[in-house]
Amino acid sequence: MTDATGSLTIDALSGDRRRMRADMVTRLLVLAAAVTSILISALIIFSLAGEAWTFVSQVEVASLWTDGWFPRRGLYDIKTIVVGSLLVTAVAMLLAVPLGLGAAVYLSEYAPRQVRKVLKPAVEILAGIPSVVLGFFALTFISPEVVQRFAEGATQFNLAAAGLGVGILTIPLIAAVSEDAMRSVPNSLREASAAMGARKAVTVVRVVIPAAVSGLVASFIVAVSRAIGETMVVFIAAGATGGALFTTDVFGPGQTMTAAMASQAAGTDQVRGAGLTFQSLFFVGMLLFIVTLVLNLLADRFVRRVRQRY
Amino acid sequence: MTVLSTPSGTGPQAARARVEQALRGGKVDVWGRAFHLVVLAALLLAVLALVVLLVDMLTTGAPVLTGRLGGFLDGALRSQPGASGIRQGLVGTFWIGVFVVLLSFPLGIAAAIHLEEYAARTRLTRFIDVNIRNLAGVPSVVYGILGFTIFTKALRDVTGSPGSNGRTIVSAGLTLAILVLPIVIITASEALRAVPSGLREAGFGVGATRSEVVRHHVLPYAAPGIFTGTVLALARALGEAAPLILVGATSGYLTGADRFLELGALRERFTAMPTVITTWAGRPGREWEEVTAAAIVILLAVVLLANTTAIVLRNRFEKKRG
Repeated sequence: MTDATGSLTIDALSGDRRRMRADMVTRLLVLAAAVTSILISALIIFSLAGEAWTFVSQVEVASLWTDGWFPRRGLYDIKTIVVGSLLVTAVAMLLAVPLGLGAAVYLSEYAPRQVRKVLKPAVEILAGIPSVVLGFFALTFISPEVVQRFAEGATQFNLAAAGLGVGILTIPLIAAVSEDAMRSVPNSLREASAAMGARKAVTVVRVVIPAAVSGLVASFIVAVSRAIGETMVVFIAAGATGGALFTTDVFGPGQTMTAAMASQAAGTDQVRGAGLTFQSLFFVGMLLFIVTLVLNLLADRFVRRVRQRY
Repeated sequence: MTVLSTPSGTGPQAARARVEQALRGGKVDVWGRAFHLVVLAALLLAVLALVVLLVDMLTTGAPVLTGRLGGFLDGALRSQPGASGIRQGLVGTFWIGVFVVLLSFPLGIAAAIHLEEYAARTRLTRFIDVNIRNLAGVPSVVYGILGFTIFTKALRDVTGSPGSNGRTIVSAGLTLAILVLPIVIITASEALRAVPSGLREAGFGVGATRSEVVRHHVLPYAAPGIFTGTVLALARALGEAAPLILVGATSGYLTGADRFLELGALRERFTAMPTVITTWAGRPGREWEEVTAAAIVILLAVVLLANTTAIVLRNRFEKKRG
């Protein structure tokens, strides 16, 4: 370790070669793994872009604004499936925002430790229910027992039941992200509020919720993104697998962007059809990818804002 | 303030209640209590939805589950609900799980190690980070398009036998492994971030290289958290159906897809539990409803068992470490 004169050399400090090399190999391997994620994004865009561009460049503009979405007959009315997605998302949010937010407020501000220990895992388990299961539940339970009971003339397959099913899926998402945001509000704020004589409920509504508002907004955006991207619930419970007329009636059958993609691919060996049917699948996929990308980036920005503040 | 007022007992709870009572001048905080009840009701409604769902599936599926469970688990897909079984679906789902465990777990954990332990704060790191967050939010049906274009079309000769058109378990397994990769990375990163930096510094202090610190100190400490995240990701993959539709899981005329450990069948046409459920859910009649619910109970048993184990394990470790 030392040279002839007994003093330290640079070599002595550089460490064992073999161990340094092992570290270098690990470094490169984990870097490669991380870069794979970029490759995946590139592959997604690559697989969407080609056929989507073919669709955009060859489709007749008139067929994009017709009476409905019937890709196998060359009718690609975009507004049908976009409005379908928006309707399902709206119904889902009407259910999930109050329930998710309420659950988050209770878990973060009110729940005694013992109660929290039981109820929080229950909500988390709800998050693990596969969407096909909720689709079947929406069709066989929510539609006859809830929707048709409260809305006269609702059909067996309807957008409302699908929306409620998607809503149940997004409750845990809103609850988890909102609860995180509220728990990260420092206790000193609550104590200051209490010291001013505010009751607990007032503290929650006027102090904790405003302080956590960025996180709450983020949870709503993430939920909207998830609801727009949800496929199986709508595919199973909303009907209209072949195509759909333009509709704004949530109690009738309808089609969303996601379900339109799934029903084109389902039941056939090859995704095929007249003219641009096949390409329309990719165009809708591209649309979906862009919409959710924008929403996710937006939500990420809001989450970051909470982190920076506290 | 608190609704759950303890009967005039002793201890801090009772003392607190008495002080609060005195401060309010003996009046009841109606609005506060109502608010408390409303938020509690919101949570209970969400849990109720879960309970109703589980009970509904169990009761609907009961005739099949109690009447012919063995034949149901071991039988093949048929056009008659009374004779249909889910063996082929279970085989497909089993193999998808194998792909996820073998591909997403090592790749995801390695990527997390890069992000948390090695990466300098460069633009590339930030880009990878944002990119992974976005990938986690991309709808699953879009991953289906990726699987369709890359694995069943471009790589069909690799992923499938000549007659299968690339619509095989290999394609489906690869697609779902990619789908859950961002989830594995994000949860593993969180677990690594929770490791106290003192642990690393102690390792460096005695001259360990970074890879040694990671392998001998950081990973063992973060293992429970990583395990939880990976199990949750696995459960997600097993329940996912939309990408399978795009990748071409079928629900009829399957040959050789009913043996669990036959590697040759991986490159043949296939089905999986979520696909079976989707197809059956579309068939009318009470009998089909019953077999669908029974198949759902089996899938839920697998998925929820995995989820519950993961959640309980995480809570236990969190408590231990305060």
